[in-house]
Amino acid sequence: MKRFLVALFGFLTLRRRRKPKPPPPEEPPVLPPPNRGAENAVIVLLLLAGLCGAAFVFFYATSSIPNQTQWLGLSLGVALGLVAAALIVLSRTLLNEEESEEDYPDQEHPAEQEEVGQLVERAGSRFTRKGLLKAAGGAAAVGVGAALMAPAASLGPVTGTNSLYDTPWKRGRRLVDVRGRPLAANEIETGTFYTAFPEHTSRDEIGSPLVLVRLDPRELRLPAARRAWAPGGILAFSKICTHAGCAVALYRKPTFAPIDPRPALVCPCHYSTFDPARGGDVIFGPAGRPLPQLPLEVDAQGNLRAAGNFSGPVGPSWWGVRLWKAQP
Amino acid sequence: MRRLRLPLVLLLGALAIAGIAHGQPPSGISRPSNETSVSQLELGAELYAGNCASCHGVAGRGIVSNMAHQGTGGIRGRGPSLRGVGAQAADLYLRTGFMPLSNPGERPYRRRVLFSDPEIRALVAYVASLGPGPPIPRVDPAAGSVSEGFQLFTEHCAGCHQSVAEGGYVTDARVPPIKQDTPTQVAEAVRTGPYLMPKFSQRQISDAELNSIVAYVQASKHPDDRGGWGIGHLGPVPEGMIAWAVAGIALVGLCVLIGERVKA
Repeated sequence: MKRFLVALFGFLTLRRRRKPKPPPPEEPPVLPPPNRGAENAVIVLLLLAGLCGAAFVFFYATSSIPNQTQWLGLSLGVALGLVAAALIVLSRTLLNEEESEEDYPDQEHPAEQEEVGQLVERAGSRFTRKGLLKAAGGAAAVGVGAALMAPAASLGPVTGTNSLYDTPWKRGRRLVDVRGRPLAANEIETGTFYTAFPEHTSRDEIGSPLVLVRLDPRELRLPAARRAWAPGGILAFSKICTHAGCAVALYRKPTFAPIDPRPALVCPCHYSTFDPARGGDVIFGPAGRPLPQLPLEVDAQGNLRAAGNFSGPVGPSWWGVRLWKAQP
Repeated sequence: MRRLRLPLVLLLGALAIAGIAHGQPPSGISRPSNETSVSQLELGAELYAGNCASCHGVAGRGIVSNMAHQGTGGIRGRGPSLRGVGAQAADLYLRTGFMPLSNPGERPYRRRVLFSDPEIRALVAYVASLGPGPPIPRVDPAAGSVSEGFQLFTEHCAGCHQSVAEGGYVTDARVPPIKQDTPTQVAEAVRTGPYLMPKFSQRQISDAELNSIVAYVQASKHPDDRGGWGIGHLGPVPEGMIAWAVAGIALVGLCVLIGERVKA
């Protein structure tokens, strides 16, 4: 109770003391002189940052240059470093760092307070070429911003998506194995899997490699439109995982179907698991869409041929990969 | 405290019993008493009837339905037919301890072999007599090339078994390491495709290529660790963990060494 009374008394007296405020002094506070050298440094640094951002966009768009990844990292890193350097110079040399020390809650030096307040208000006026600074800042923002946005271009074509369906496969093209020998339908056994390529074309194309399996035709649960795509139960899928573009190199097959897990194609990178019997549907893992299926037919010699193109776009749903060309 | 004691004793007792039960070998092998006096095929047939038929059915016909088959001791076992699998598969499953399973739904994995060598030979001969099937493959790692084997292993096997044959995972199953397998067992597994593994025909892997693969598998049992410590040969994950654990602690130690504590 006693303490409360003392506090109340102190509070009241303080309030009374604060009321008669002296008028602010008329004398304007003194600012340091303008610093042209530092200004120039800030502007140059910002412009260089914008230039480096533009360089990142250039490197991103030109996939033919060697060491592209290193150039990308270098340009973006230098751009961000230059922005940081400009901010450091700006804060160290051109901004006022006056501080007022006061005992809270008393305002002991109202005159000084006012002076600092004016200093802060007029701090901007110390920079003589504000327009230029703003332009340089804008250039840096545009350059670095463009650098950060550029990878979005690789998410896919903005308009025509036809290029995603460009593969070497078309009706009548023969399937060959890794040694170039044509694959005959009666050579394809159940319980194992095969890798196949299109005859007489590049194997480096992302749409080239196939994984081939044979299932009992009674086990197939293909969509109605694909009933004729699997002659004798032979199914062909793109070997490129639709998640991150790894080769789908694992096939699990049951030894005893009533107990064991059902047949599945598995990608070793992140364990995306596809069900061949259901047209490559994803049954586990991070892949976002089914493995594209290739329709097959058997020619008069008994060899396997493509009966058309894939059921969907081949390749990963992942940025940057479609710009990339395989090195021989 | 007193109230806790009885459940605790019960729990410990149950754990002890479970531990003993777990430590026991799978249910014993039933053997004919006159093992040495019967012919090999007869011995095989008797061992088959006593230890295999509950799942694989009479004369290797398999039990695919849930119905209890004749001669299976009333057990509603389930197992594939063994007709036509040949000596190749029987030899692999028996010599790796994959079979017999203690429970029909169990996944086969490498464990202690419960049959003696003459018993295995008798069983293999019996299973081979059930129907025409592939014989035990002949393999000669000395005729293969380790470098070619490495390429072939990377192409056909490393997806599941990893590049130094340490094993790994496939969705829904563990992929075993190939460290304990003999050259013959590796060849049998490649041609048979045990459990979830695909089988590989001559069209995919020729006998000469198989020799090279086996030569590589043999070489991979003692990899040349230039770094000094293989860390399980599991690749970047344990290597990264070691880097973080060791380098991280070293960095913190360095900071403590050179840093200056600021008194507030």
